[in-house]
Amino acid sequence: MNAEGGRISAVETAPSLPDGAGIAVRGVEHAYGELRTIERIDLAVEPHGVVGLVGPSGCGKSTLLELICGLRDPLAGAIEISGVGDSPGRLARCAYMPQRDLLLPWYSALDNAALALRNQGARKGRARERAAALFERFGLAGFEATAPAELSGGMRQRVAFLRTLLAGKPVLALDEPFAALDAITRAEMQGWLAAALRADPRTVVLVTHDVEEALYLSDRVAVLSARPARIVAELRAPEPRAPDRDGAVTDPDFVAVREEAMRALREGMR
Amino acid sequence: MKRWLPPTLAIVVLVGAWQVAASTGAIASALNLESFLVPSPAEISSSLWENRSLLAENAWVTLREILIGLGCALVTGLGLALLLHLSETLRRAIYPLLVSTQAIPIVVVAPILVVWFGYGILPKVLIVALVCFFPIAVGALDGLRNVDPDTVKLMRTLDASRSQIFHRVEIPTALPSTFSGAKIAAAVAPIGALFGELAGSSSGLGHLIVQDNAQLEVARLFASVVVLAAIGIALFGLTALAERRVVTWR
Ligand SMILES: Nc1ncnc2c1ncn2[C@@H]1O[C@H](COP(=O)(O)OP(=O)(O)OP(=O)(O)O)[C@@H](O)[C@H]1O
Ligand SMILES: [Mg+2]
Repeated sequence: MNAEGGRISAVETAPSLPDGAGIAVRGVEHAYGELRTIERIDLAVEPHGVVGLVGPSGCGKSTLLELICGLRDPLAGAIEISGVGDSPGRLARCAYMPQRDLLLPWYSALDNAALALRNQGARKGRARERAAALFERFGLAGFEATAPAELSGGMRQRVAFLRTLLAGKPVLALDEPFAALDAITRAEMQGWLAAALRADPRTVVLVTHDVEEALYLSDRVAVLSARPARIVAELRAPEPRAPDRDGAVTDPDFVAVREEAMRALREGMR
Repeated sequence: MKRWLPPTLAIVVLVGAWQVAASTGAIASALNLESFLVPSPAEISSSLWENRSLLAENAWVTLREILIGLGCALVTGLGLALLLHLSETLRRAIYPLLVSTQAIPIVVVAPILVVWFGYGILPKVLIVALVCFFPIAVGALDGLRNVDPDTVKLMRTLDASRSQIFHRVEIPTALPSTFSGAKIAAAVAPIGALFGELAGSSSGLGHLIVQDNAQLEVARLFASVVVLAAIGIALFGLTALAERRVVTWR
């Protein structure tokens, strides 16, 4: 997995790298009718920072991502991305990778990856060209014309991530990107994502069930309570990290922070 | 090759049995009928051949009614489905009305339309459109309802406009179920045209059938039915073929 990661980071950075954008979430509350999902959340992400969100199932993680992306508006509080607070403005600055990959079955892997470019008005040929250049880097070469249903789970996830990346947005909102994968593919994909973000840094909010994944991929991890969600702990990932994933997650400092996060998670579930 | 074998075999066996039963007079004597009233497949095919120009002429009349009627049903059915998709209020208001068009018995409506619009092509086209409209509209509407709201959200964060979401997500999602509706429409369209012609006409396969029935031209009557069935099968087949070419991802 590391050979793959090394190859990605060695290649020069993407052509149009968006400037970093910071995220500021202040006093945000949200409810679906009577169902209160988010109590009061304050969260700041610095430009090109990666923040992980972990929390019990159904606590409101996906809802928080949708709020940040401008797909929903909070009941109270404010969310700003690079100082812009209205939802169309946030929508223009965020790319969302949903919990399910949602690849469109009527398009090839390449056309799925190029979807945002097409939406932004690029010609089909040009959009495919730009996506194809990254297929190579993401270990998808040879699968350009393949239908999504015929890709493996790891490949589908990579196409979905590529689609998110190619939108060219400064903020990536990733909702449990690897939840559907088996343990080995998942570890491989984590190493891969870390390398991809080193090559092409973005401001990232990463939702996951997995504390280890959150700590390995993020600078900082916010632990959420059961619904209605509030932040019960914010932990900094140990630095410096070993270059390979296995080395990083077995480091004693890393294990200590992981245990602390697990404790916070357990507390928050009560 | 293997796929075609069982249905071909079934048809051969059936037609063969009919041939034997009819030519030995077994059916006629069992029903206590004159044997010319029970034509064998061989007699029907020779009638098909002998009357080929007459049948073709009338088949063309019926085919035109079917095609124009189907076209009208496609335009109005798809149009209405779109309209109801865009407005939930309209959908709630009109959906029951749409269902009620199917409760109207065609046998009753057909003669009235003939009284109103005469013996020409118009009442037949209207009847075909009436029976085909419902499966097409409901198929398209159900298809549009299948659109995944999460996919729409995803498209919005990928900078898709309303019309891009429509073209790239909503239409492809709706296609399979729309084609199912269109196949049903293609199969019932000939029956609609037939009802229209039975209610009053001066040409067409239905007109021929009425005449042959009165004159006890039973072999030619069967020949007309065979032609009508062939039209229905061909329309269904063409629609299924179009579906296979368009909906490649299933
Ligand atoms: N559109 C909606 N309308 C009403 N309730 C909703 C809606 N979406 C989610 N919910 C409810 O809100 C709560 C929070 O949902 P959300 O999807 O944000 O949780 P989550 O933390 O992402 O869960 P999971 O870990 O299972 O993905 C859940 O109880 C869910 O049932
Ligand atoms: Mg979720």
